[in-house]
Amino acid sequence: MKLRGEGFRLWEYLVFAAIMLAVFFLCVAVGSVSVPLDDTITIIWNTVLGKPIPADIVSPSIIASVRLPRVLCVALVGASLSICGAAMQGLLRNPLADGSTLGVSSGASLGAVIAIAFGISIPSLPLAGTVIMATAFAFLSLLIILGLSLRIDRSLSTNTIILIGVIFSMFTSSIMQVIITFAADRVQQITFWTMGSLSGSSYQNAVMLLVSLAICGGVILAHARELNAFAIGEENALHIGVNVKRVKLVILIAVSVLIGVCVSIGGTIGFVGLVTPHMVRMITGPNHKRLLPASLFGGAIFLMLADLVARMLLNPRQLPIGVVTSFIGALIFITIFFRTRRKIS
Amino acid sequence: MSLLSSLSITVRYGTRTIVDRISFDVNEGDWLMIIGPNGAGKSTLVKAISQYIPHSGTAAFMGRDLRKMRPAERARAIGVLSQTHTLSYSFSVEEVVRLGRYAHSHGIFGSGSPDDDEHIKNALKITGLDHIARQSVLTLSGGEQQRTFLAQVLAQDPHILILDEPTNHLDMVYRKQMLDIISEWVKEPGRAVISVMHDLSLAKAYGNRALLMDRAQAIAQGSIEDVFSPENINRAYSLDVSAWMRSLLGQWG
Repeated sequence: MKLRGEGFRLWEYLVFAAIMLAVFFLCVAVGSVSVPLDDTITIIWNTVLGKPIPADIVSPSIIASVRLPRVLCVALVGASLSICGAAMQGLLRNPLADGSTLGVSSGASLGAVIAIAFGISIPSLPLAGTVIMATAFAFLSLLIILGLSLRIDRSLSTNTIILIGVIFSMFTSSIMQVIITFAADRVQQITFWTMGSLSGSSYQNAVMLLVSLAICGGVILAHARELNAFAIGEENALHIGVNVKRVKLVILIAVSVLIGVCVSIGGTIGFVGLVTPHMVRMITGPNHKRLLPASLFGGAIFLMLADLVARMLLNPRQLPIGVVTSFIGALIFITIFFRTRRKIS
Repeated sequence: MSLLSSLSITVRYGTRTIVDRISFDVNEGDWLMIIGPNGAGKSTLVKAISQYIPHSGTAAFMGRDLRKMRPAERARAIGVLSQTHTLSYSFSVEEVVRLGRYAHSHGIFGSGSPDDDEHIKNALKITGLDHIARQSVLTLSGGEQQRTFLAQVLAQDPHILILDEPTNHLDMVYRKQMLDIISEWVKEPGRAVISVMHDLSLAKAYGNRALLMDRAQAIAQGSIEDVFSPENINRAYSLDVSAWMRSLLGQWG
């Protein structure tokens, strides 16, 4: 008998990377002003190398200073939210768990809104105030939601978690409304968080996303086997020797930081962490050694395409990206929900 | 030195005492059967020994307190097979069994030890699952699922196997198969089994030592013959057990 390995082989990674790069170039090239693909590649290549851009290419600045940073941020946010969703779905043994369904994202945006409304910031580090507040609130929300769910039902069933998540989201949005009433001069800035948008992203944002994804994503990837154990059952995880409490805490912190950073840069972009791992799981199966890396690529691809749709569907008007993901996400949510319900009955 | 010794294990939920000061020793080669009527505290006792629920008293593996061991170290000493498993994702049989090797891996990304594959193959073979190793556990019958987790704990290669009613949902054929596998396993040096058993005939047939519980307390323990005296059994179950069993078997002529 031959056993089957767990992780991906190198060529499989190369295929994922190739698809992701193709989508990346497509999304940078296409927009209100479309630039031919070869010109786009030249612009990106020369920008990366710091070389001057040939004079015969039209409107290079739209690529270099607007679209390139935006698509980079979109890809990184997509990858981050997806790996967070996959991690939580494994940890909680629940395919419907995600930053948005659990209410973590709305908790994080409440933190960000408080930071903006009360002007909490750290001198010389723009964004740091909102990032720290969003991260802290994301973690706090997770603790509150899981704590409440555990008190109601120890098995953390789908229905309980989702219900608590919905109630928690309503609670945070009511607090947000109160804050908005008081901080009337910052309404416009604040509504941004509730919509979810990555237009106007900068290279600085992209670097920040990349660093947090490298650290927290690395931590999550390093716990692929522990997540497998949790996905099979927490009691079983304990018996095979997983340090259940420590691993749970580490993953929840990593997820909170990633969601906090994503929310403080892009607002709440719902359902990405639900849709991507669900689709990826159909190809890779539930083993986190394959599911987590594939979710990184899949999330980047999904959100770049969603962003493209948001930009092009009603061209020249732009939709907020959260509208597109929520639309697709709601449909998939219902599908998964029906399927799990049918399995029970 | 005994392989596992439990000293005054006590479990309380609020004011209720579920397990009351139970002490016992398990030596190499032993198969200890924990028996007693429903609600006696048998499952709670093994959950406490396997460090799944809070308790007072100590359980020690070769003189070392299990509570103070790191989880992976503890998993190399004791392996636990629970009664039921609720599964939500379609892991393959092989993937579930492979997790049994978790406690033997090292490094950040948990590179396995070189003999992992041997242990996994062997566990799949012993449990008769090698032909469905790639199948999803969600498509298996209850008996096959239970054998998958038996294979996992065999791959874990612990010194002591703790079983909480391992054959509860299994039919007669699977029951025999599973108990035969375990009785072969325990013959290897440095191994012992502790199991909660409802079926007294099976307990008597496979165990060599027994612990009889009633209302949170151990009312008899020792060799299987001593514990299974009619007085002990009839007292714990408030029923003339052997007469009833004889009458059941009498139906077969």
